Amino acid sequence: MPDNSAIVHGAQESATAANNANGANSAHPEQPSYLRHHFNSTEQQADTSNFAMWLFLLTEVMFFGGLFTAYLIYRNWYYPAFVAGSHQLNVIWGTLNTVVLIASSFTMAMGVWCAETRRRKGLVLSLTLTFVLGLCFLGIKSIEYREKFEKHHVPGAHYSLQSFVDPASDPEIFKEYHDKPLPLDMARHTEIYFSLYFAMTGMHALHMIIGIGILGFMIYRARAGAYTSGHVTFVENFGLYWHFVDIVWIYLFALLYLISRHQ
Amino acid sequence: MSEQTKHAEHEHHIVGPMVYVAILLALLVGTALTVWASFLELGPWNPIIALAIATAKATLVVLFFMHVKYSTKLTKLTVVAGIFTFLILVSMTLADYISRAWGSW
Amino acid sequence: MNNNNNTIVDLPDQATARIPQPNFISKENGLMSWLLTGDHKRIAILYLISITFFFFIGGALAGLIRLELLTPQADLMATDTYNKVFTMHGIIMIFLFLVPSVPATLGNFLIPMMIGAKDLALPKVNLLSWYLYMAGGILALYAMMTGGVDTGWTFTTPLSTHYVNTNVITTGFAIFVAGFSSIFTGLNFIVTIHKMRAPGMTWFRLPLFVWAHYAASILMVLGTPVLAIAIVLVMLERAFGIGVFDPAKGGDPLLFQHLFWFYSHPAVYIMILPGMGVISEVISTFSRKRVFGYTAVAFSSVAIAVFGFFVWAHHMFIMGISNYAVLVFSLLTMLVAVPSAIKIFNWAFTLYKGSITFETPMLYAFGFMGLFTIGGMTGVFLGASGTDIHLTETYFIVAHFHFVMVGGMLMAFLAGIHFWWPKITGRMYPEKISQLAAVVTFIGFNLTFFPQFILGVLGMPRRYASYPPEFQVLNVFSTAGATILGVGYLLPVLYLIWSLKYGAIAGNNPWQATGLEWQTQSPPLTENFTVMPVMDHEAYDYEWLESQKAKEVASAG
Ligand code: HEM
Ligand SMILES: [Cu+2]
Repeated sequence: MPDNSAIVHGAQESATAANNANGANSAHPEQPSYLRHHFNSTEQQADTSNFAMWLFLLTEVMFFGGLFTAYLIYRNWYYPAFVAGSHQLNVIWGTLNTVVLIASSFTMAMGVWCAETRRRKGLVLSLTLTFVLGLCFLGIKSIEYREKFEKHHVPGAHYSLQSFVDPASDPEIFKEYHDKPLPLDMARHTEIYFSLYFAMTGMHALHMIIGIGILGFMIYRARAGAYTSGHVTFVENFGLYWHFVDIVWIYLFALLYLISRHQ
Repeated sequence: MSEQTKHAEHEHHIVGPMVYVAILLALLVGTALTVWASFLELGPWNPIIALAIATAKATLVVLFFMHVKYSTKLTKLTVVAGIFTFLILVSMTLADYISRAWGSW
Repeated sequence: MNNNNNTIVDLPDQATARIPQPNFISKENGLMSWLLTGDHKRIAILYLISITFFFFIGGALAGLIRLELLTPQADLMATDTYNKVFTMHGIIMIFLFLVPSVPATLGNFLIPMMIGAKDLALPKVNLLSWYLYMAGGILALYAMMTGGVDTGWTFTTPLSTHYVNTNVITTGFAIFVAGFSSIFTGLNFIVTIHKMRAPGMTWFRLPLFVWAHYAASILMVLGTPVLAIAIVLVMLERAFGIGVFDPAKGGDPLLFQHLFWFYSHPAVYIMILPGMGVISEVISTFSRKRVFGYTAVAFSSVAIAVFGFFVWAHHMFIMGISNYAVLVFSLLTMLVAVPSAIKIFNWAFTLYKGSITFETPMLYAFGFMGLFTIGGMTGVFLGASGTDIHLTETYFIVAHFHFVMVGGMLMAFLAGIHFWWPKITGRMYPEKISQLAAVVTFIGFNLTFFPQFILGVLGMPRRYASYPPEFQVLNVFSTAGATILGVGYLLPVLYLIWSLKYGAIAGNNPWQATGLEWQTQSPPLTENFTVMPVMDHEAYDYEWLESQKAKEVASAG
């Protein structure tokens, strides 16, 4: 059987021709144990998983894209219902949660830096803070959700239009915004607002929960020094994920909470 | 490990804590601004300003927390491709909804 | 060596030839070595077996549909059973067969080899993708057996959300899961093609097969998540009545259509682009010429992918979208046909003055060219909104998409399976009977689907179990054709299995093709190459191949 050595003869002149060729480093004498067999170098491996993570985030963008499209359409159609619906959200909780999430993004970024500069203690601390802030976010979110349950603002069979057809019956909100009662027809459409509210924040919260789970795993591994001996890809990629989730929230906050507080 | 990389194009740029702190502050200021702006009566500008501030914040996160400013062209292209497709989805769908009101021609 | 004029096949001396050992198949044994493998070639084979399984289930359902339509009355099954049958046929064929068909089998097997890599960039994700596929597939079968679903493969709202009482949620979830399998495959391909190419393998030295998969992968990564969210919303609507698609609450059923077709139009290109990649390889090899206009063919793949995102509303012309949207989407639809035409023309020019031989893959490729052309051109008819309003929801649509999906993609799949069979298994398939099968498929196909164009123009609506008696003659033709087509598909299964044991030993490069995958042993080693390949010539460089052979002869002598 002739082997494929036939096609190897032109190595020198064409090695430069490849923009992504990584053949040059393949003869490294001591290769770290985390280098998978099908890669030639750790840089190639790191580059590859970083790129893969970005592509994964693209799919996430499009996934949320569908929800944002739905949101924009119905907001255009049922603006008064969306305003009334958003008045039911508590800006203070929302702002607080935004701050919490931004802070957690910051601690995550610090975690990446600690991993890159091999500071084990710093990494564990950063990840733990991120973990705790993530939990805070979910805690606040669940307080908000509970309020919606109590007021029957969860779409479905028990949905109540009370606060929208008769805003005065909801004194807490009323004293702040003095909403006029919505005609029944428009009031019904608040259910769409809350559907989108729950779908979007719920999907976002699901991403947070998954992220917190992974954070827990990472803290455990980081304490054993897993990410502070050069192999930082996992932390970096997780960082990308976490920041992405943060970005989604930045938009959710603007779109869901801040619709015309002035009205 | 990666900071000693030899290839110039593979240079792994490490973003330091000072940058992160600056971005954190900028994001907090942005949050305060957007909440404050939402209480002003600005007519059609309200949503525009809210989205503009959100986009500015998101851009900071992407560029610095996610290191895109220091990344390869490929990463930048990937980000742009995502935004582009997202905008097609949103804009072409909305175009249908908005033009439905124009009736027939 | 049997070098006569009407074949390019060049097999080693059968008396002394052996299947090379070790190879990726013999390297490890036992079920677990397959179920836990990271080897892209083994995963490709897992996929090949599973999609063949689903193909024949889908095929059996197609047989039932055609049998029911033999007579004008709904007599073979109840009408709602018929609805379930054509729905499951569509779902299985599209999501469980056509979408993964070429990419997950041939693409998986060949892309790393073609670019000179040891494996896909993310082997574990690759395996995960197969498990997701299986989970989705089994869930879909479970849904089918516990009552089925009768919305059509399009899950049209508000039918799917409010009016039917079948397993919409389970099936939807099955597709959601299978969708992620497709996302991961696409993601893996893009990363691999960017990051794993061998030295010297520049973008414009890539085989066109790789370009086509690259373009299809973009669609998988960017389109499929939108399908996922659309399905999630349908499930939420059914489960909790959230109202986004419910007109009674102010929701808009058309929004679902927008989201669904935002994926599903690009998805039809997911279902054709990899096939086009196969055809480029086959046509070049069997006419001994570099593909005419390599760059144009490469970029037309990318153009198809990009334009593919701008035309989706042509599936909604009669559904109540705005007139202006109809106008714009109609014009854009015309655009997307241009890159497809570029490919057809360039393949034709590749044939021109080539030394053409007619081995089975080439026969299928010819089938593809003819049938895809008809399918694509009728697509342009449908893209013209005026014509579409007359033809939509008739058998014309059914004929159109079967011409592109069955006449196009399935032909391409079979072309590819035959073409790379020697590489995958180390053995040749039997040539004469497989040529026969290709011809039978072609005849059966035309007999089945051409009458459906006429039926559509005459006004026979799709998706009904019964029809006016004057349509019967053409329907009988169609059912007869389907029987022949069935034989055409069964034959390859039989002789390909036979060839696993009795086929002639293929050697490294039976077709004398130029791709890197042919320059290594068949079946390949687990790591594909013994030495990392370096690409020092252009793609489809037959002169380079000749000079290689001359060198080999010299060094052997
Ligand atoms: C080459 C350019 C093509 C054009 C211009 C085109 C155009 C169209 C149009 C306008 C329709 C909508 C018809 C209607 O529902 O009234 C349609 C339907 C369809 N096309 Fe194509 N098409 C093309 C290629 C393809 C390809 C390559 C495939 C698949 C591999 C495909 C698969 C389908 C399917 C599955 C449907 C029907 C969906 C359904 O309603 O169930 N088309 N095509
Ligand atoms: Cu289409």
